[in-house]
Amino acid sequence: MTRTLTALSARRRHPLAVVVLIALALVLVGGLYAALAPRQAEASTATASAEDVEAGKRLFLANCSTCHGLNAQGGGVTENGRGAEGAQNPGPSLIGVGAASVDFQVGSGRMPLAQSGPQAPKVNKIRFSQEQIDLMAAYIASLAPGPAIPTEEQLDVSEVGDERLARGAAIFRTNCAMCHNFAGKGGALTEGKYAPSLDESSAKHIYEAMLTGPQSMPVFNDSTISSEDKTAIIAWLTQDEKRPDPGGLTLGAVGPVSEGLFAWIAGIGLLIGCSVWLGMKSS
Amino acid sequence: MSEIERAGDAHGQGPGTTLARGQGALPDRFENPGLPEHRHRMGDTDPKAARRAERQVAVLLVLSMIGSVLIVVSIIGIKYDDSFERISLSTKAIGLSMFLSLFALGVGAVHWAKTLMPDDERIDYRHRQRGTAAEREQAVAILKEGAAESGLGRRPLIRNTLIGAGVLFPLPAVFFFRDTGPLPGNDLSTTMWKTGTYLTKDPEGGRIRASDLGLGSVVHVMPEGIEDAEELLNEKAKAAVLLIRIEPELLSAPEGREDWSVDGIVAYSKICTHMGCPVALYEQQTHHLLCPCHQSTFDVTQDCKVIFGPAKRALPQLPIQVDAEGYLQAQSGFHEAVGPSFWERG
Amino acid sequence: MSSQTTVDKLAAGVGNYADDTAGASKIVNGFARKIFPDHWSFMLGEITLYSFVILLLTGTFLTFFYEPSAAETTYTGIYAPLAGQHVSEAYASSLRLSFDVRGGLLMRQIHHWSALVFVAATIVHMARVFFTGAFRKPRELNWVIGGVLALLAVFEGFTGYSLPDDLLSGTGIRIADAIILAVPVVGSYISFFLFGGEFPGEDFIPRFFTIHILLLPAVMLALIVVHLFFVVIHKHTQYPGPGRTEDNVVGFPLFPVYAAKAGGFFFIVFGVIALISALVSINPIWAYGAYDPSPVTAGSQPDWYMGWLDGAVRLMPGWTEISAFGYTLSLNIFIPTTVIILFVMAALVAYPYLEQIATGDKREHHLLDRPRNAPTRTGLGVMAITFYVLLWISGGNDIIAHIMQLSINDITRFLRVALFVLPAVAFVVTKRICLGLQRKDREKALHGRETGRIVRLPHGEFIEVHAPLSDLERWTLVQHEVNRPMEIEDRVDAGNPDTLYGKFQRRLSKFYFEDRVEPVTPAEVEAAHSHGELDAGEQMASVEEKENAAIGTSQTLHG
Repeated sequence: MTRTLTALSARRRHPLAVVVLIALALVLVGGLYAALAPRQAEASTATASAEDVEAGKRLFLANCSTCHGLNAQGGGVTENGRGAEGAQNPGPSLIGVGAASVDFQVGSGRMPLAQSGPQAPKVNKIRFSQEQIDLMAAYIASLAPGPAIPTEEQLDVSEVGDERLARGAAIFRTNCAMCHNFAGKGGALTEGKYAPSLDESSAKHIYEAMLTGPQSMPVFNDSTISSEDKTAIIAWLTQDEKRPDPGGLTLGAVGPVSEGLFAWIAGIGLLIGCSVWLGMKSS
Repeated sequence: MSEIERAGDAHGQGPGTTLARGQGALPDRFENPGLPEHRHRMGDTDPKAARRAERQVAVLLVLSMIGSVLIVVSIIGIKYDDSFERISLSTKAIGLSMFLSLFALGVGAVHWAKTLMPDDERIDYRHRQRGTAAEREQAVAILKEGAAESGLGRRPLIRNTLIGAGVLFPLPAVFFFRDTGPLPGNDLSTTMWKTGTYLTKDPEGGRIRASDLGLGSVVHVMPEGIEDAEELLNEKAKAAVLLIRIEPELLSAPEGREDWSVDGIVAYSKICTHMGCPVALYEQQTHHLLCPCHQSTFDVTQDCKVIFGPAKRALPQLPIQVDAEGYLQAQSGFHEAVGPSFWERG
Repeated sequence: MSSQTTVDKLAAGVGNYADDTAGASKIVNGFARKIFPDHWSFMLGEITLYSFVILLLTGTFLTFFYEPSAAETTYTGIYAPLAGQHVSEAYASSLRLSFDVRGGLLMRQIHHWSALVFVAATIVHMARVFFTGAFRKPRELNWVIGGVLALLAVFEGFTGYSLPDDLLSGTGIRIADAIILAVPVVGSYISFFLFGGEFPGEDFIPRFFTIHILLLPAVMLALIVVHLFFVVIHKHTQYPGPGRTEDNVVGFPLFPVYAAKAGGFFFIVFGVIALISALVSINPIWAYGAYDPSPVTAGSQPDWYMGWLDGAVRLMPGWTEISAFGYTLSLNIFIPTTVIILFVMAALVAYPYLEQIATGDKREHHLLDRPRNAPTRTGLGVMAITFYVLLWISGGNDIIAHIMQLSINDITRFLRVALFVLPAVAFVVTKRICLGLQRKDREKALHGRETGRIVRLPHGEFIEVHAPLSDLERWTLVQHEVNRPMEIEDRVDAGNPDTLYGKFQRRLSKFYFEDRVEPVTPAEVEAAHSHGELDAGEQMASVEEKENAAIGTSQTLHG
């Protein structure tokens, strides 16, 4: 099958064959997976055109297949979630992860993985344009149903009133703050892994992360945290003016550790400086 | 000023401050050379410098006055109109004015003392804390006389009953604290969870279907009806549960507890067995639960036993089942006390 | 000038009245010209005292608006992310005094920053007293009072930051409850009596409030008065130097110099804390949300002074919890909290007496030690600080792991070993450094001060010019008495060597004073000058004319 796909990918002028093949893949892999996998988030079947899927596939083959396999089936994934050492395709299977996952992983620069480490870091330099990411997302979505990229409506925070915002903040405190910290500044997990700061994350990526549970993060599908509540969380996280800090500099908003350090360095430092001046003889 | 003298007077008082060469027998130790010569400040000799220092002090004090006025201006002038910009502005304005008012006053006073008040060092003499022999003798005599007058030595009955009364009278104070709280009873070992209690989402509320949870999903859970609990926070502090769905084959339920989960959905107490923080950092790839307070790490695939950190006991599991409509409910309450250890826990 | 006479008259009137009613003339005679020695390190205690005063002032302001009640209410204030949330009166009123009271947020920030500075200044002040040996007779008791004050300050801080009832402070109380529960036998009873039942209950807020604003401050204030009273009757210690002896105190009079300096310094401390509070946020309780036992934030840490205990708890391995005969003994909690506090307090209180046993010296000491001249003590102090700092680092291990991209587990494993190794290393290294510095002092006292000028002598040898020390300069280097182990030199007060105590005393004495550097004696200086050694300063005068100074040559010798 690998060979067929590779060969097919070269012959671009036979879209029908591709469609047939995609359909086959859908029935075979996706159907099987959908039957096995517990209910995923509101799975959406791709509505992208066959050309998009084909173009996405080519991008996938060129950039992702070394790790995720030519059919995105992945390789051995060890218990700790990372690729098995020496496996031919060390990455996880992407079948059924959905367009949201692709958009999040590639769109935030986490994929393609720059180097191995405890986890894939967010990278500011994105290797692909949004169009390319959309094409790859369309391809992955075509393999099996999975979480879709959130709609504009789902990301629109302008309608979120105060009470809903507060509800979002409360849900954040219970479901997110233990890893991402009370102000979304991130925090450490075990063995060098971490929950990243959410300061630079876009509304779309936050939504997608909740939906797909990238890396260490658990999945918060729309049944466990409703779409409206996700929007409320995002409204709280992304609108700085809605959660002001009137006290002044926040020292990283990581709690008493930085405050204590500041009290010692600036507070005691300045006061000892004044003491030294007081104790010096005047010239 | 009887004992205090100007340092200048004392200078050179020490005998033989310099070490004379070739003088035969040398002392074992050096001798204190006495205070150094007083070095005059510019202000002491140059009236211009003194005038300058005086002006500097005055400027600082004027700055302080300006700061004090600015405090009042900031408090009255910046009205809070329910806007955080105003609160922020007011905090900075009042704070910086206070800084000016206080700091300039302080620096002014110290500068005045340093530049214009006499800076020649004075000497005060010390006395030993211990009294002289005569003083001590007198004190002992007084005490002895008093003791004799009291007759304590001659009347052991009074002495002994006095000791008894003195020891006993503070003890009842402890018993006044009796009603500061009820006795623990078995409150630490019970929670709201009972057979058939539905699992609801925390904080939003609403029952949970088993099918709501995808693989890798986590739901924070409270027992249904907890909002109506008489002591809400007390109940929450014990009843918090974390619901996790993992591949069923990864679970390793101990004997007799195989049916405590539903299709790979397991419910564990969220209250750390170490010090009671919510253990809620679930890593869905490693299936580890991390406590953010002291980093105790629990492995969900090994029945939440401790794999790192200061906790000893595994997180207690809540046995769950689905009702006819697919909603998750508790099979029973916890089979052991949740939360931090205590003496009677066993 | 008539105004002058008016003022004089007024002063005389006030003075007369004060003397008639309160015997003011005796007070003025006794205190007004008391001498205080001048040194920056003597101001550290004043920082502590003044931040305490600031805490009293700002705390009083806060009580006008704070409501110590756990009763549930609905938040209706202006902070949108909490709109309609169920919160306690304590939390709601803390937000109200921050957002609706003019200057309220500033007062809260000043109060909290002063608290951090207060405990920090206490520690620095204690370190100064320790390293200079100011705790020696007759001040042992005042050291003990200071130690108790430091402990009370920590409790006072803890009860204070627990009052706003926000998520972070509630997590702290949860942990405090676990510490109490871990006390063997009576733990759960103490917990139920303190919280009025189960954790958290509704009683702890008003109770902590009373403890925080009444009980602890009153006890602390009383102890501070005693602490300062002792300073007055002992008179202040002073650093060694020419003219300073055990029998005098050299400095400036209380009135007017110290009144202006110390009085002014209060305003400086207040000003600096106001500056910090104006610009830097502290404990943003609105962002943490109200306390609820279910949520928690990453990086749940206590304020810094509790951090070392939290760090100790993090390092303790879990297997130390023992269950037997139907009872549970949580040594994994009990040891790094209750036991370690008791141990540190006991060590603190016992230290002056322990050192007294080692020296066998019961005389009064008013001249401070230069830390280098007490190498074992200085080493022990640095050892304690290293231990403390490592625990402190452990208390922030998650923040450190996150910021420096390390593994929490690695940090914890490293610290578990380092906690035992590094303090010992710090002790040895510090002691060596002290002895080295003392040898350097000897060199300097014997041969004079290095001038950095290298000169070639007629026969080709390079030497560095050493300027001779004046008597005044030399005195500081040679003034100290050195303690010798009792094997060599028994003090009058030493115990009988045949008793157990006597043996222990000799052991301790050996540990303290076996390694030592004796100060230079007049005979040694004399010998250094006459026995063929060059007194470079004198020789150079003639050499310098012929051979111009060759600075920066490869060889650096001293004469």
